Amino acid sequence: MVGGFVVLIAVIYIIRLFTLQVAEDKYKVFAENNAFLRKVQYPSRGLMYDRNGELVVYNQPAYDVMMIPRDMKGVDTLDFCRTVGITREQFDQRIDEMKKSPGYSVYTPQRFMTHLTARDYGRLQEKLYRYPGFYTQKRILRQYNYKAAANVLGNVREVNQDDIDRDEYYKPGDYTGDLGVEKSYERYLRGDKGVEILMRDAYGRIQGRFEEGALDMPPHSGRNLTLSLDIKLQQYAESLMVNKIGAVVAIEPKTGEILCMVSSPTYDPTLLVGRERGKNYRMLVSNDNADHPLFDRALMGAYPPGSTFKPGQALILLQEGIIDLNTAYPCYHGYINGGLKVGCHGHGSPIPVKPALQTSCNAFFCWGFKNMVDRRSKYGSSANAFEVWKNHLVQLGYGYKLGVDIPNEGRGFIPNAKFYDKFYGEGHWSANTIISVSIGQGEVLATPLQMANLCATIANRGHFITPHAVKAIQDTVMPEGLLDVRTPDIDRKWFEAVAEGMRMAVTGGTCRTANLPDIMVAGKTGTAQNPHGKDHSAFIGFAPYDNPQIAVAVYVENGGFGATYGVPIGSLVIEKYMNGEISPARKYIETNMLNANTRGNRVIKSKPKD
Amino acid sequence: MSLNQNRRTNADPSAFRSLDWLTVALYLIMVVLGAISIYAASYDFDHASIFSFAEFSGKQFRWIGLGLVIALVILLSDYRIYETYAYPFYVFMLVLLAVTIFIAPDTKGSHSWLKFGPMSLQPAEFAKCATALALAKLFSGYNFRLAGSWHNLFKAVGIILAPVVLIILQKETGSALAYMALFFVLYREGMSGLIMLAALVAVVIFVVAVKYTDPMILDMTKGQFIVIVLTMLTASAMSGIYARSLEVMRNLTLGFGVSIGLAFLCNSLGLHLPWLWFFIAVIVLAGVYMVLTGLRNHLGRLYACAVFAVGAVAFSFSVNMLFDHLAPHQQNRILVSLGIKADPRGAGYNVNQSMIAIGSGGVTGKGFLNGTQTKLKYVPEQHTDFIFCTIGEEEGFVGTTAVIVLFLALILRILTIAERQPSTFSRVYAYSVASIFIFHLCINVGMVIGLCPVIGIPLPFFSYGGSSLWGFTILLFVLLRLDSARKLIRR
Repeated sequence: MVGGFVVLIAVIYIIRLFTLQVAEDKYKVFAENNAFLRKVQYPSRGLMYDRNGELVVYNQPAYDVMMIPRDMKGVDTLDFCRTVGITREQFDQRIDEMKKSPGYSVYTPQRFMTHLTARDYGRLQEKLYRYPGFYTQKRILRQYNYKAAANVLGNVREVNQDDIDRDEYYKPGDYTGDLGVEKSYERYLRGDKGVEILMRDAYGRIQGRFEEGALDMPPHSGRNLTLSLDIKLQQYAESLMVNKIGAVVAIEPKTGEILCMVSSPTYDPTLLVGRERGKNYRMLVSNDNADHPLFDRALMGAYPPGSTFKPGQALILLQEGIIDLNTAYPCYHGYINGGLKVGCHGHGSPIPVKPALQTSCNAFFCWGFKNMVDRRSKYGSSANAFEVWKNHLVQLGYGYKLGVDIPNEGRGFIPNAKFYDKFYGEGHWSANTIISVSIGQGEVLATPLQMANLCATIANRGHFITPHAVKAIQDTVMPEGLLDVRTPDIDRKWFEAVAEGMRMAVTGGTCRTANLPDIMVAGKTGTAQNPHGKDHSAFIGFAPYDNPQIAVAVYVENGGFGATYGVPIGSLVIEKYMNGEISPARKYIETNMLNANTRGNRVIKSKPKD
Repeated sequence: MSLNQNRRTNADPSAFRSLDWLTVALYLIMVVLGAISIYAASYDFDHASIFSFAEFSGKQFRWIGLGLVIALVILLSDYRIYETYAYPFYVFMLVLLAVTIFIAPDTKGSHSWLKFGPMSLQPAEFAKCATALALAKLFSGYNFRLAGSWHNLFKAVGIILAPVVLIILQKETGSALAYMALFFVLYREGMSGLIMLAALVAVVIFVVAVKYTDPMILDMTKGQFIVIVLTMLTASAMSGIYARSLEVMRNLTLGFGVSIGLAFLCNSLGLHLPWLWFFIAVIVLAGVYMVLTGLRNHLGRLYACAVFAVGAVAFSFSVNMLFDHLAPHQQNRILVSLGIKADPRGAGYNVNQSMIAIGSGGVTGKGFLNGTQTKLKYVPEQHTDFIFCTIGEEEGFVGTTAVIVLFLALILRILTIAERQPSTFSRVYAYSVASIFIFHLCINVGMVIGLCPVIGIPLPFFSYGGSSLWGFTILLFVLLRLDSARKLIRR
C-alpha cells in the first residue's frame, strides 16, 4: 500500500513534468525572454534615386533609448533626465504611458524615448554605464534632398497593431512605409532585420554573446529604388502649381514611367519625419486644413475630363465605324437635336474629325455619340451600344484603377448601361438623355493620371504600359505585370488620325500656347463645367509629335478655360523636360504661371519654414 | 566469557556477504549524478567556472568521498550498537540541537550550522537518523502497542516532536517539517487511520477555504459552499461505511439533499436567508441526530462521525483566522502554491523561475552545461534545494523522469527491505527511512515543479551540502547494516 502511494506520487510528478517540459511551449518562450536579450539590428532602409541618379531620399541615424524595466535598478533618475534633456515629470509620464501600452512587460525591452539627437546621444552613451536597464538602439530617419514629391514618395511611420497582426516581420516600434512608394515598395525597402543574441543574467548584466555569436544574424539593408521621377521636373511642376489646386502628371509614353506627378497643394515630406511626425500628421489630415494635402489629386481626384475626353471619343467612333476620317457633322453654335442644345463656339461647319479635335467641337462629338448609341441596327439597343462604348473606355484606362505602383489610386467613374437603367428605367434613355458624357461632362469622371495615360496611349499610337513611379529596384526585377504592354482594341491608324487632330489643335486650334518653335507638341484642352464654381482648366499633350518623350496632363480646379492654365503649365512642363530650360521668349508665360493664383484669398506659403 | 563467545557467534564477520548491493548501487549512481548536476549548476559561462568547480562540485566530491568512508565504518560496525544505543544517540542529538541554537552563528536568520574548521555541519540532518532509531527502539519495546494506548501514542509523538521543536527554534522550519514524515510510520504501526483521515480532511478544507474566497454561491463564498458540501458528503459516507449504519446514512443523505435543494429553490425565488448559518444549523442538527442514534443503538462510531462533521465546519471557519496568524511570507508561499497569487516578482519568483527552467528543457534538454536559466542565475538556490531545475533544463524530460524513477526504485527497495525485517526495531527503522525519503522527494520535487509550497528541504544525494549528504548516507547505511544482519536475528 505504501509502495502504491509512492508509485502514485511518482506518476503524478512525471505527468506534471511531461506537461511542463513536453506539452507546454510557453516555458521555452519565457526562458528565452529571460536569458536572451535579442538586440535587434535594424537594417538601413533602401534609398531612392530619381531617374537621373539624383539622390532623393536617404537615411540619417537616430537613436532610440530602450529600457528593460526590471533591470532598471539604482538609476539616478534626475541625472538621467538631465542627460537626455527631459524633465522629471516627463520621465514619470513616459513610464506611466509605457505601463499602459499593451506590449508592456518588465522583462522585455521597452522603447523609452525615440529619435535622440546626436548631441544627446553622445552624452547619454558616455554615461550609460550608470543607468542599468537602459541602452540605445540605432534607428534611421528619412531625410529628403528635395522638398518635393511628398505624394509620390510617401513617408515612414511606426507600425500599428494591424501591421503587427498582418505581418510577423513587424514588432512594436518598428517602422513601415506609409503612403506612396514607401508603402508600395515596403518589402523591398525595409530590408532584413538582424539580431544579436546576448545572454543576460538574473541581475540584467550582459554575460556575452550566445554561442559566441554563431546564431547572430547581421541585418541586410533594404534595396535602393530608382524612381522614374525626374525630381527636378517634379520640383518645377510643383512650383508652377503653387496657389492652384489640381494636378500635373507627366509620363514617358514608351515606358509608362511617371516623370512627375504633382498634387497641389502639397506638403513638405520632412514634416512627417521624427518626433514631430504625429503632430504634423494630425495637422495635415485635420478637417480645418482645407487644402487636404494628403489627398493625392493626381491619383485619387475624380474630375470631369471635359474636352480632354474627346480624343478618346474620336478613337471609339472611328473604331466602331460610326465615322470615318471624312465624316463631317454640322455645328450651328452647338448640337441641336430633340429639343436639346449643347453649345459650341464659332468655327467652320460641317467639319470632320481632325478639325473637330482641333477646334474642340462639341457638336461633332455629340452627333457621333448619338449616332453610335442610337444605332439599333448595329447594336440592338442603346444599352448595348453604350456598353460597347464603355468597354472601349475601360480598355483605354478609364473607369478602373490603372494599377499604378502607388497605393490608394482612384478609379474615376465611367457609368455602364445598368447605371442608367437604374436611373431612368430600362429602355427609357437614349443618347440624348446622356449626351453630356460624349464631351467628358456629366457622369464620367477621371483621375489626372488616367488623362495622362490616355495621352501617352495616343502618343504611342495605340498602346500603353501601366504608369509607374519606380523604374528599377536594386538587385532585383520589377514586380510582375507592371511593365506589360496593354493594347486597347483600336486600330493604330485611328490613333494616327487623332494624334494629327491634336497636333492641329496646337498649331492652329485651342492650344496654340503650346506651339513651341523647336518641339512638335500635340495637345487637347479641356474646360470642364462643374457644380463647384468656375470651370476646371485641363490639358493633355505629348511631344515630340513623331517620337514622343513625354505625355502630360494638367488639371487646375476652377482655373477657367483649358487654355488659361492647362495649356501654359503643360507646355512649360514639356519644354522644361525636353530642353531643360524655358526659352527667353516664353519666360513671361512661366512668370505668369508661377505667380498665378486661382485660390483667391486662400494663399498658402509656398516655402515651408526650415 | 560467555558473553564474548556469544558476540563472536552472533557477530557477522562479513556484513558485505548479505549486503543489499542493489541499494548500494542506486546510492552510488545518485551521488555521482548529484555531483555532476552540482557541477552543471555552479558552472558559469565566464572563466570563473574553474573556481566554481572547486567551490561546489569539487567540495561535493570530497563530501562523497568522506561519506563513503562513513558508510564503510557503519557497515563494519556491530549492528547491535544501533538498537542498544538508540536512546543515548537520540538524547545526544537533542542536546546537540539545543546547544546549536545558542552557539551557531547567524546564517540568513537561522541558527542551525555548527562550524568545525573549514566544515559547517547541520545537526538537524543527523538527528533524523537518531530520531528514527529512537522511534524504532520505542516500538521494539516488549509488548509495545500503539493502538488503544494513549500513553504509548504520546511517547511516540513526543519522540518525533522534541527535535521538531528544537529545530524550529533554530529557525529551520523546512528541516523540522521533514520529521513530520515519521507520523506516517505511526500510522503504519497501528495509529488509528481516523487521525490520518482527519489530517487529510483538514488539509483539504484548509486549501479549499483559503483558495476559493471570491465567487459567491448562495450568498457565501465558493470555498465555504464546497466545505459544507464536502462535510455533508463525508459525514454521510462515514456513517454508512465507518459506523456501518445504512439507515443513518440514508437519512443524512436525504436531509442534506433536501436542505441544499431547498436553499437553491428559495434563493432562485428571491428568498435570501443567511444560508451559511442555515447549513451550519443543518450540520449541527445532523450531529445531534447521530449522537442520539448512537446512544440508542450503541453505535460508538457514530459519535466520531458527529465530531467529525461539526469539527470540520468549525475548522473551516477557524482557517481564515489561523491563516491570518501566519507570517506574511508563509501566507504568500501557501497562496502562490495554491495558484492564487501569480506574482512573478514576489513570493512566486523562485517557483516561476524554476518552472521556466524545467519547462524550457523540453524532451531531451538543452545539453550538459548548456542550460541558460540556471547558468544565468535565474533559478535561486540552484545547486541546493533547486538542483532538480538544472537536471530538468539540461537533461529534459528524459533526465527528470530518470531521476524520479531512480528515487522510486530506491524507495521501493527500502520498502522491500522493511518488509523482510524480522525484528520490529529494524522494520520500524526501515519504514522511518522510507518515509523520510518519500517526504523529501515529494516536497522537494513538488516545490520545484510548482505542486507544493516552497519549503527549503534538499533533494537527497543531489542537493549540494555535506550535512544532508552525510545525513542521508548514515540513514541509509545504518539500514543496510541492520538489513545485512537480518538472518542473525532470532525471531
